[in-house]
Amino acid sequence: MSEVQVETIVEPASGASGTAGGSSGPAGGGGGGAAVSGARWREVVRQVVKSWSGRVGLVLATVIIGMAVFAPLLAPYGPREVLLDSAAGENRLESPCVHWLGCSGDEVQHLMGLDDNGRDEFSRLVYGSRISLLAGAVAVMLAMAIGTTIGLISGFFSRWLDNVLMRCMDVLLSFPSLLLAILIVTVLGRGLINSVLAIAIVSVPVYARVTRGQVLAVRELDFVTADRALGVSSFRLLRHRVFPNVLTPLVVQGTLGFATAVLEIAGLGFLGLGVQPPDAEWGTMISAAYRNIFNTPHLVFFPGLMIFLNVLAFNLLGDALRDALDPRTAGRA
Amino acid sequence: MLRFLLHRLLSAIPVLVGIASAVFLLARVIPGDPCKAALGERATEAVCAQFRERVGLNEPLLVQFGRYLGDLVRGDFGDSFSQRRTVAEILVERLPTTIELSVLALGFAVLVGVPLGVIAAYRRNSLSDVGTMVIANAGVSMPVFVLGLMAQYLFAVTLKGSFIALPPSGRLSPGLVPRPFYEHWGLGHNGVLEFVSNLELLNGLLQWNWRVVVDAAQHLVLPALVVGTIPLAIIARMTRSSLLDVLGTDYVRTARAKGFGEFVVVSRHALRSALLPVVTVMGLSLGSLFGGAILTESIFGLTGVGKTLFDSITSRDYSVVQGFALMVGIAFVVVNLVTDLLYSVLDPRVRVQ
Repeated sequence: MSEVQVETIVEPASGASGTAGGSSGPAGGGGGGAAVSGARWREVVRQVVKSWSGRVGLVLATVIIGMAVFAPLLAPYGPREVLLDSAAGENRLESPCVHWLGCSGDEVQHLMGLDDNGRDEFSRLVYGSRISLLAGAVAVMLAMAIGTTIGLISGFFSRWLDNVLMRCMDVLLSFPSLLLAILIVTVLGRGLINSVLAIAIVSVPVYARVTRGQVLAVRELDFVTADRALGVSSFRLLRHRVFPNVLTPLVVQGTLGFATAVLEIAGLGFLGLGVQPPDAEWGTMISAAYRNIFNTPHLVFFPGLMIFLNVLAFNLLGDALRDALDPRTAGRA
Repeated sequence: MLRFLLHRLLSAIPVLVGIASAVFLLARVIPGDPCKAALGERATEAVCAQFRERVGLNEPLLVQFGRYLGDLVRGDFGDSFSQRRTVAEILVERLPTTIELSVLALGFAVLVGVPLGVIAAYRRNSLSDVGTMVIANAGVSMPVFVLGLMAQYLFAVTLKGSFIALPPSGRLSPGLVPRPFYEHWGLGHNGVLEFVSNLELLNGLLQWNWRVVVDAAQHLVLPALVVGTIPLAIIARMTRSSLLDVLGTDYVRTARAKGFGEFVVVSRHALRSALLPVVTVMGLSLGSLFGGAILTESIFGLTGVGKTLFDSITSRDYSVVQGFALMVGIAFVVVNLVTDLLYSVLDPRVRVQ
């Protein structure tokens, strides 16, 4: 959870040097302010694929995204389908039955067993990836939109406004994000949409800070000063000069933030505040099963594994992206 | 140095006031009637009106806020609606659990994370480096509650009966009620002493009661390891990358050229400046420690700050939510302050700016 907060402190310095270098170099291209051109992105992708963390992250992410897209094809049953045929070995809380691993052929195969309502755990897991990915993506995009706006305003306009906005961000940051998310969800009410909103609000400061740091660095660059001297409007400056430079660290932060969002949505689900049953969401599934962990550990283990792999995928990707985008570490991976 | 200290202290004040107002406002907008929450669903309107009058919920928000701030300054956190005690009493009872948990977790994270990071950096690209980074990445990505549940299953079920079996939940074994140390020493009784005596480990140590110490430690090991995992992973990664930067600098080469042994070069010359960013990370980890505590305390049946907060949010116990959330906010600010000061002690350049 605090991974992202950590990056906030570390990132601006290295990110600033990264884009400053990029924009003054030949790769800066077109408008002079465009930090990363198409050619540079191709290089970045190449670097990401070259590093082991990038490779593992890409493979994992592809598998999980594939699960979400092709869920109806992969899952043998529906996520809410209740299967209770005792004769075929289908009971509530049934242990996994895999024919390969010696489960008798008379029983219906359930890769990960059945849950407390007699639903196929594997199918629920597969469908769960949809909720997890979608919720994470929406939360990150929302947070990014708000955070970037605040950061741009804060870094570009008056000292006074900057101070007020940043102190507000400090206040938000001084609560553990999960605690704040719990408070917000309690105010708004439980459920998927509200928990996505809560996670978005909680992660706004991270993006605001990254953006602001970047803006402060870019503002002092010569080509921006030159534009100012030529009388270019503030809005135009923001849009064409500052924003493209902010994009690079935001991509990294967004990838890592996605991992955090997925983790927190699962956490809210676990506390019973997020996605409500009978919908299949990994955290909510664990929440329904954990009191019974001593008898049916598989109902905790498999959803837990999915959350872990999902978060791991985007953490690794984020790391690889950062290394590839930061010229100081570019050769290191 | 004094000016720096003063400046940092003063700049913490608006944040603290902001936290207090945020906590106050958030507690007010939690939907649900506190009267019904405190007196039960069947409380009549007349009874509720009386209740609001007594607790001061009738007055304008601004007046309530003013009084809240005034009370805070005097150290009065208000009364719990549902528990019929002051919030301060509840804090004295439950804060120690979380403090013990956090200190143990952070200690574990530092003691394991820093050496791991050093080894990984020093033997870059070796098997131990890759192994450490795999563990670190896994640690950062592991949901605290999944790790907690798995650990619980492993140590309380699979290993049951073996000598490393650990109790699955609770603070002390049932039936074990240690005497507070101040009675043992024949001291008087006050809030501070009670607070300290609720740090079960310390309380046991202070009266040399090994049974209590061992029992308390056994109950804390699992949650502390679980809560400490994410900070550990972050610290290991941070130590590695910052030591890598430092090992490439000229002054490390100079130290080597002077003929110092490798151990001295790494531990005395490189590590000192490499640990600077790690100190910051340790401070920031507190957030994840507390966040993790909410989930971990629920799983391991510890009534600490996290569990209390969650319970009082669900039961609309305004003053408890306010008091505890404020505590968490203050802790965060104080830790950041201490980190900054530590930083300026370790790195003279910070003071100059």
